[in-house]
Amino acid sequence: MAHPYLFFVKLFEAIGLGHFAQSNVHVIYSWVVMILLLALGALGGKGVKLIPGKAQNVFEILISGIEEFMVDVTGEEGRWLFPLAATIFIYIFACNLIGLVPGFFPPTASLNTTASCALTVVIFTHIIGIKYHGAKYIKHFLGPVWWMIPIVFPIEVIGHVARILSLSFRLFGNMMGHELVLGILFGLAGAFFAPLPIMGLGIFVALVQAFVFFLLSIMYFTGSMEHAH
Amino acid sequence: MEAEALKFFIACVTAAGFGIAVAASFCGIAQGLGLKAAVEGIARNPESSGKVTVTMLIGLAMIESLCIYALVIALILIYAHPQAAAIAGLLGGVAH
Repeated sequence: MAHPYLFFVKLFEAIGLGHFAQSNVHVIYSWVVMILLLALGALGGKGVKLIPGKAQNVFEILISGIEEFMVDVTGEEGRWLFPLAATIFIYIFACNLIGLVPGFFPPTASLNTTASCALTVVIFTHIIGIKYHGAKYIKHFLGPVWWMIPIVFPIEVIGHVARILSLSFRLFGNMMGHELVLGILFGLAGAFFAPLPIMGLGIFVALVQAFVFFLLSIMYFTGSMEHAH
Repeated sequence: MEAEALKFFIACVTAAGFGIAVAASFCGIAQGLGLKAAVEGIARNPESSGKVTVTMLIGLAMIESLCIYALVIALILIYAHPQAAAIAGLLGGVAH
């Protein structure tokens, strides 16, 4: 597969860090997304007034929409999880979308980025469980009756490891598959704008995959907060 | 001999092709079933169209992810088989 032309990699090559940039493309582009999101956040939070102007109104609708949806799933006691969950959603959505700009590489098309997001979510579910239940959190893994523990405990552990795998591979596979199809179509019929319909589908897939990651994260958080069955 | 390594590569690529074909067809059937239920639900009760659509999209994304797992395995088999160098060396070494 030919290496595509990437702007920021060329930028790093110009200042002499070419080898680092070539082998860590996803890191460079996650920095790009981070700077973009920080700039947007700073702009959005500047001059917050009690009676909102137009831009503040838009941001309020978006953020409160995500928050109300989250509280619908987790219940009122899960409201403190909103910063983490919304960050995951907005960060992954921005990472997915930035791949549609020509000359940019989506950081989520690399297994490193998606695995790090999935690990953060799953380890945080355990932190929530220990914070809410203390040592009795182990009861979540032990099943309904005591004599089924040797069967149920390994299955629960495997289920938790499978969560990390499924979260990371779902996002990685969708994004990497999209990139591959774009590359192949570009090689086959790039002069006839063949990749364009796929890029249209890509906007939809970017939103859906970020939303699914967010929804699964808050469902896992809810599951570890509630009492064991 | 290179013929053995080439046969191994051919077998890998054939497996990848069949694997993704089977995964995609079953994924298509499963998503069709989910879509059928969602459309019937909207037809019975047009007011619930918003909630039914959101639930349907989430369900379709879940089912699609199973096909994506098969796609990732197929891509690994074609492009990035982790044991490719070892097996090629082994087959080459045995022939010598």
